[in-house]
Amino acid sequence: MPKLNMVSAINQALDQEMSRNGRMLVLGEDVGREGGVFRVTDGLQAKYGPARVVDTPLAESAIVGVSLGLAAGGMLPVAEIQFEGFLYVAMDQLLNQLARYRTRSQGRFDLGVVVRVPWGGGIHAPEMHSDSPETVLVHTPGLTVVEPSNPFDAKGLMLSALRLGEPVVFCEPKRIYRAVKMDVPEEDYTVPIGKAKTVAEGTDLTIVAWGAMVREAMNSRKELESLGYSAEVIDLRTLSPMDSPAVIESVRKTGRLIITHEAPRTLGLGAEIAARVAEEALTSLLAPIERVTGFDTFMPLGLLEEHYLPNAGRITAAAKKALGVERIAA
Amino acid sequence: MNSRYFGRFDPSRGEKLQILDHEGKLKEELRPDLPDERVVRLYERMTVMRVADQTALTLQREGRLGTYAPFYGQEACQASSAFLGPLDWLVPTYRETGALFMRGVPLSLLYRYWMGDERGMSMPETSRILPVEIVVGAHPLHAVGLSWALKLKGEKAAAAAYFGDGASSQGDVHEAMNFAGVLKTPTVFVCENNQYAISLPRKEQTASETIAQRAAGYGFPGLLIDGNDLFAVAGSMLEALEACRNGGGPFLIEMLTYRYGPHTSSDDPTKYRTAEEVEAQKPFDPLLRLRRYLESKGMWTDADEAAALEAGRLEAERAITAAEAMSPPAPMDMFRYTKKTVPPYLEQQKAELAEFLESGVGHA
Repeated sequence: MPKLNMVSAINQALDQEMSRNGRMLVLGEDVGREGGVFRVTDGLQAKYGPARVVDTPLAESAIVGVSLGLAAGGMLPVAEIQFEGFLYVAMDQLLNQLARYRTRSQGRFDLGVVVRVPWGGGIHAPEMHSDSPETVLVHTPGLTVVEPSNPFDAKGLMLSALRLGEPVVFCEPKRIYRAVKMDVPEEDYTVPIGKAKTVAEGTDLTIVAWGAMVREAMNSRKELESLGYSAEVIDLRTLSPMDSPAVIESVRKTGRLIITHEAPRTLGLGAEIAARVAEEALTSLLAPIERVTGFDTFMPLGLLEEHYLPNAGRITAAAKKALGVERIAA
Repeated sequence: MNSRYFGRFDPSRGEKLQILDHEGKLKEELRPDLPDERVVRLYERMTVMRVADQTALTLQREGRLGTYAPFYGQEACQASSAFLGPLDWLVPTYRETGALFMRGVPLSLLYRYWMGDERGMSMPETSRILPVEIVVGAHPLHAVGLSWALKLKGEKAAAAAYFGDGASSQGDVHEAMNFAGVLKTPTVFVCENNQYAISLPRKEQTASETIAQRAAGYGFPGLLIDGNDLFAVAGSMLEALEACRNGGGPFLIEMLTYRYGPHTSSDDPTKYRTAEEVEAQKPFDPLLRLRRYLESKGMWTDADEAAALEAGRLEAERAITAAEAMSPPAPMDMFRYTKKTVPPYLEQQKAELAEFLESGVGHA
């Protein structure tokens, strides 16, 4: 089985679906000749031509708004917003327009639009190139938000997103675009949207993560293991609709919950996950819920990035606190 | 392109297409394919449209309708939707109640929308109409995408995006025109310049002499027309749409008109303009000049006028009756269209409301 990184896995999903679906278009800034600044759409224009893989003017709001119109006209647009920091420019089109269109048209328009966005920090990119603004997307009814943590899921989730027939924001953790290669089947397969995955089972505590943070959670799990604790790691995979039952079920078993994400803590998804667990499984909790997140500051420039982003060490420290052992192993 | 209008009148030099002047005199040499029989029918519909519009304001004052955005004075612009072909798309804003009416949307449905009922947003399935836009400059982008799709599918059709002079300042309108110019989409940008964006006069909206001349900067034709002249409206729309169907486009038409009424029923226009200013615009009324024209042709009489007004009154009345006879929307309807696949937690919220309603606690 070929080993692919996340860039190649997403590229393969786009390529395969495009060859199957004549209605599919890829559009965005530099997605054609250049193959995207991260090369996710590399080779697609050469294969499908400039009419289907379209280098657009530099205008994010237009990329999303025009995609809405294309979908209303029966096409399947896959739009790229070059960095999540530029997504703010397109927020009216994304939140007010695209997300709301099914409601605004009384169900007439199911708009299959996939908006791909390189996401999050960790690559020493310039200012406004490293944010994680998923909260505002998840807060908006009508949007599906996905963020894979590995190449296999990336391909399967992309194929699901392309076939969903509803607007999807596909967050691509740029930090792990090329971090790992793994077996990615050449053939068609999907990973279901709305389903979290337990990537490692455990009994003492639950760590919830997604995107690049899954790797940190897994590293923390190893550290905890060496201390004699067994952590269950859940990869959320879909941020909206969120698979909170999977988290709640795990907390019922372990009694402790650590949530980690790159976004600032206040109203980050950790807040919603904590609230749902409190609503459904409060009596199962043996310790307060811990959130290991970005700070309520702006994402700093590259030199301080590593201190902003949560890492395995911080997750382990929080886990020890939840386990009541923070003084022992320090 | 064999053009009679676009390119013949240069908006940057203040040239404006007018075919029927306000006294009802027609420049025959500029006349589009608009036979007098059709003018009579359109005039009748525009009369009904005006009555329906005034009725909506009255209903609002009586508390039977929510906030309403009238189009009094803009009837010729609104009638432009009558020139869209069956495969063309109308991409309207909330001001386009008249354009929707001309495109065949039932008046009762339009009233229902303004009563605050989301079911009024359900355009007939086969109608080529996008939802009424509220964010004034957002939808031209949708029209560009939609018309691009038409082009890709090889349909001989266009999408017409309606917006106002205020929206012309919106970034999305710029982005839409720029995209359309680059992608050469069959899009007709219809700017109804009614000279006010709520209170802001056109001259403070942009330092550009006209909005139409901006098209040149995007690399496609723009035309300034007298928006109170149905013949100029017809000519410019037919020419742009025909060109779009044959691989041309985009186009920008600035229809210069005047909003006689308030921005919406909540607005007080005396704060920003004088009654004299409004009165000075009345001689340029789009219906008045059509009536004069038809009378001069011997095709319209006082009796016809009375009959058309009465027909309008009856049609509006029937529409109100039908709209008010509709049962109120069910509270659970708000969950209906959010997502195609309803996630479990939304099902739970829905169940919460249902349970609360059943308990009867919420009833006065």
